[in-house]
Amino acid sequence: MSEHFTPESQPTHPRGLAPESQPTHPRGHVVSWKVYLGIFLALCALTVVTVVVTGYDFGPFNLVVALGVAITKATLVVLYFMHARYSPKLTGVVIASSLAFFVILVFLTLTDYVSRPWPLS
Amino acid sequence: MSTVATYPKDSFLSGGWDLKSWLLTKDHKRIGILYLLSISAMFVLGGLYAGLIRWNLLVPDGSHMSADTYNKAFTAHGVIMVFFFLIPSIPAVLGNFLIPLMIGAKDLAFPKLNLLSWYLYVLGAAITLYALLAGGLDTGWTFYTPYSTVFAQSNVEIAAIGIFVAGFSSILTGLNFIVTIHKMRAPGMTWFRMPLFVWAHYATAIIQVLGTPVIAITILLVALERIFHFGFFDPNRGGDPILFQHLFWFYSHPAVYIMILPSMGVISELITCFSRKRIFGYSFIAMSSLAIAAIGFLVWAHHMFVSGMAVYSAMVFSALTYLVAIPSAIKTFNWAATLYKGSISWATPMIYVFCFLGLFLIGGLTGLFLGNLGTDVHLTDTYFVVAHFHYIMVGGAIMGYLGGIHFWWPKITGRRYSEAWSRLSAVLIFVGFNLTFFPQFMLGYLGMPRRYHVYPEEFQVLNVLSTAGATVLGFGYLFPSFYLVYSLFKGEPAGDNPWGAKGLEWTTTSPPPTENFHQIPVVTEEPYDYAKAPKEKDAV
Amino acid sequence: MTAHAPGGPAHPAPAGGHPGSARASEALQHQFTDLQQQKEATTLGMWVFIAQEVLFFGGLFAAYAVYRNMYPAAFSAGSHHLSWKIGFANTLVLIGSSFTMAMAVHSAAIGKKKRIVAFLLATVLLGSVFLGVKYFEYGEKIRPCSGDGPYAGCLVPGERFDASAVHLEGDEGRHAQIYFSLYFGMTGLHALHMIIGMPIILGIAFMAWRGRYSPEYHSPVELVGLYWHFVDIIWIFLFPLLYLIGAH
Repeated sequence: MSEHFTPESQPTHPRGLAPESQPTHPRGHVVSWKVYLGIFLALCALTVVTVVVTGYDFGPFNLVVALGVAITKATLVVLYFMHARYSPKLTGVVIASSLAFFVILVFLTLTDYVSRPWPLS
Repeated sequence: MSTVATYPKDSFLSGGWDLKSWLLTKDHKRIGILYLLSISAMFVLGGLYAGLIRWNLLVPDGSHMSADTYNKAFTAHGVIMVFFFLIPSIPAVLGNFLIPLMIGAKDLAFPKLNLLSWYLYVLGAAITLYALLAGGLDTGWTFYTPYSTVFAQSNVEIAAIGIFVAGFSSILTGLNFIVTIHKMRAPGMTWFRMPLFVWAHYATAIIQVLGTPVIAITILLVALERIFHFGFFDPNRGGDPILFQHLFWFYSHPAVYIMILPSMGVISELITCFSRKRIFGYSFIAMSSLAIAAIGFLVWAHHMFVSGMAVYSAMVFSALTYLVAIPSAIKTFNWAATLYKGSISWATPMIYVFCFLGLFLIGGLTGLFLGNLGTDVHLTDTYFVVAHFHYIMVGGAIMGYLGGIHFWWPKITGRRYSEAWSRLSAVLIFVGFNLTFFPQFMLGYLGMPRRYHVYPEEFQVLNVLSTAGATVLGFGYLFPSFYLVYSLFKGEPAGDNPWGAKGLEWTTTSPPPTENFHQIPVVTEEPYDYAKAPKEKDAV
Repeated sequence: MTAHAPGGPAHPAPAGGHPGSARASEALQHQFTDLQQQKEATTLGMWVFIAQEVLFFGGLFAAYAVYRNMYPAAFSAGSHHLSWKIGFANTLVLIGSSFTMAMAVHSAAIGKKKRIVAFLLATVLLGSVFLGVKYFEYGEKIRPCSGDGPYAGCLVPGERFDASAVHLEGDEGRHAQIYFSLYFGMTGLHALHMIIGMPIILGIAFMAWRGRYSPEYHSPVELVGLYWHFVDIIWIFLFPLLYLIGAH
C-alpha cells in the first residue's frame, strides 16, 4: 500500500528546532488493515491461552503466567492499535514513566505488607 | 477617567472589563488573573481559620472554643491552604501567566482546557466550602481512616468530592504545561535555553499528572466506603486502614514538591536578576528539579513511621528520605554561589529571596530530623512537625510566591508598586513568620502534641509568642492587598523591563498583548546572560 | 537576546496541495503555528492524559495487590463464583470493539468517510453489548440483596453480604467482601470510562458523517481511539485478575 504522506509544510514553518519535534518515523504512517486484523486474531488467541492455562496449576507462578499473557496482549494493543510503534520517542517516554510510577506505587507499598511481622486480623 | 484606558491598545487587559470577557476567556494571562483572585480569596479564608486556631491556643484550658469547633477550624485551615491555595498558587497563577511568555508561545497548548481547569477549581472549592461551612469537617486535612470512614459524623463525603474535582483541575493544568513545554517553544528555544522557572514547572507538572490521580481515587474510595460500605479500609471486613495512608501519602508527599518546586523556580529567576550575574550551575538546578520530582515519589512512608507499618519497610523509606535532601542542597549551594561576587540589589523581590533561603534551610534541615526513623518517633505528631512543614510551605512556597508576584507585577499589570511599603511588608512577614513558628519547634521538642485544643500551662508563654507572631504575620499579609491594588490606579507605568531582567517575557510590552508577542521571537542565546547586560547604575 | 522571524506569518499555509486542506486549515487553532504542531500537541496531550489514567486505576490495582497477597483463599473463592465463560465472551467483545476502533482510525487516515462512521458505530455497538452483559452480571450479585431473583446470596459488601454464596465462613467469609469491593470498584470504574467514551465516539461519528475529517486532519478520531484502546487494556488486566484466580 502506498498511503504514506509526509507533510510538505515541514521545512517552511518557523519552529521545529527542538529535537523531539522531528520524529524518527514519518508522520501519518498508515498501516495496512491486515496488520490490525492480525493483531485482533492474536489478541483473541491470547485470550484463549489465558483461560486454558488456568486448567494447569503452576503454584506460585499462576499469577506470573496470567500477568505475562495480559502484558503481552496490552503490549500488542499499545504498539499496533495505539500506533506507539510508529510514534515519536516521546510517546514511549510518557508510557514508560507512567508505568514506572505505577510500579513504584505497588512495589514500595508491598514492602510494608510483606515485611509486617504480625497478621492484620 | 479610568486608568485602564492608558494601557497599550492591544494589551490583554484592554479588552474591556465586562464579566463575560473574563469568564469565557481562553487567554492564559486572564486565566492566571482569575486564579490569582480566587486563590487570594481562599488564602484569606484559610488565614481566618489560622487566626481562630491561634486565638484558641492563647489560653491553655481551651476555653475560647469547644474541642469540636477547634477540630473543624484546623481541618478547614489545612484543607483550604493545602488544596485550594498552596497547590494551585505558583503554577496556576504565575506558571499560567508566564510559561507561554517565557518560551515564546502565543498561549498554552490547550486554552479551553486551561479555562476548564479554572472552572473545576472553582467548582471543587465551592463544594468543599459548602462542606466546611455547613456543618464542617473534623478529620484533619489528611482524612485518616478509620476515623474518616467509620466514626466521623461530619461532611466527609461532600468534602471528598470537592477535593476530587479540584484534583482534576490540578491534573489538567499539569497536562497543559507538559504539552506546552514540549511542543510550543519558539524557534531556538532549546531545552537548555529555557528559564529555570519553566524547568521547575515541568518537574511540577510531572508530579501533578502522575501523583494527583492516586489521591483522586483514594479520596473517592473514602467516599464510597462511607456511602456503600465498600470496606477497603475497614478492619471489620479485612480492610487495612494503613493502606489509606500509603495511597494518601503517595500523592501528598510529592504534593509538597508541587508547592516548593515552582517556588524554587521563582527563586532561580530572581536571584540571578538581582545579583546581576549569570546563574551558577544552570544544568544542575534544572536537573535537580527533575530529581526532586522523581525521588519525591520514593519517600512517602516517612509520614507513617508510627502508624503500625512494618519497621523494615520504614527503615527503607527512612534511608530513601535522605536522598531527597541531595537535589535540594544542590539548588541551595548553586544559589549561594550565584550570590557570590554578584552586584546584589535589595529590591522587594530579592528580600523575599533571602527570606526563602534562610527559612527553607531551616525547614529542610528539620525535615531530616523527621525523616530519621529514631528521632521521628519522638517528634511525630508534635508541634515540631507543624513548625517544620510551615517553614517549608510558608517559609518556602509562600515566600517564593510573594517574591514572584512582586517581581512580575509590573509585567502583569504594567504598573509599579510602592517600593517602601512592599519592603516594610516583606520584613513584617519575615519577622511575624519566625515569631509564629520558631516557638513551635521548641513546643514540639518539649512534647506538645498537634491538633489538641488544650495544653499544659507551662507551654503558655511559647504559645502566646506564637499567637503574637501570627498577628504580625497577618498584618504583613494584608499590606500587599492595599499597595498592589493602589498601584493599579496610581502606580507609575512600569515600562517593558523595569528590572533590567533577561528572559523573553521582558521583551514584550507590559502588560503583554493578547498574542503575547507582536512577532514570534527567535532565541539565539542562553538564558541569564547578565554579563552582556548594560550595567545598572548600582552595578559594581 | 532575541531576533525576530522574518515575516513571522501567524498562519502559514498547511500542507498545500492536498485535497481537503482548506477544511484542514479551518481546524487550526490560533495558538499553533501549523497543523503538524497541533497534531503533535494534541496527541501528546492524550498520551499524558492516559498516563494520568494509569495512576488513577493504579490506586485500585495497588489495593488489589495488597489484598490478594493478604487473602489468597477469599480471592480464589470469590473468583470462582464469577462465570469465566461470560468474562471470556465479554473480553472478546471488547477486543473486537478495539479492532473496529483501530479500523475507524485507519479509515480516517485514508479518507474513507462512510467507513469511519460504520466502524465507529460498530465500536459503540460492541461497547453496548459489553455493558449489557456487565449489567446482567451485576444484577446477579445485587438483586439477591433485596430478596429478588433466583440467584445465590447477596454479594454486595456490607451488612447483607452472604459469604455462604461463595462457600466461605468466618474470617475468610468476611474477607471475601474485600474481593467483591474490588470487583465492583474496578469493573465499575472501567464501565464508567466506557459510558463516558461512547457518547464521545457517537459525536465524532456524527462529525465524520458531516465530512469534517480528512487524511490531513482527523485528530479527534485518533484521540478517542487512543482512549478506547486504553480502556480495553484495563479490561485485558481485569479479566485474569478478577475472573481467573487460581486453577479452574
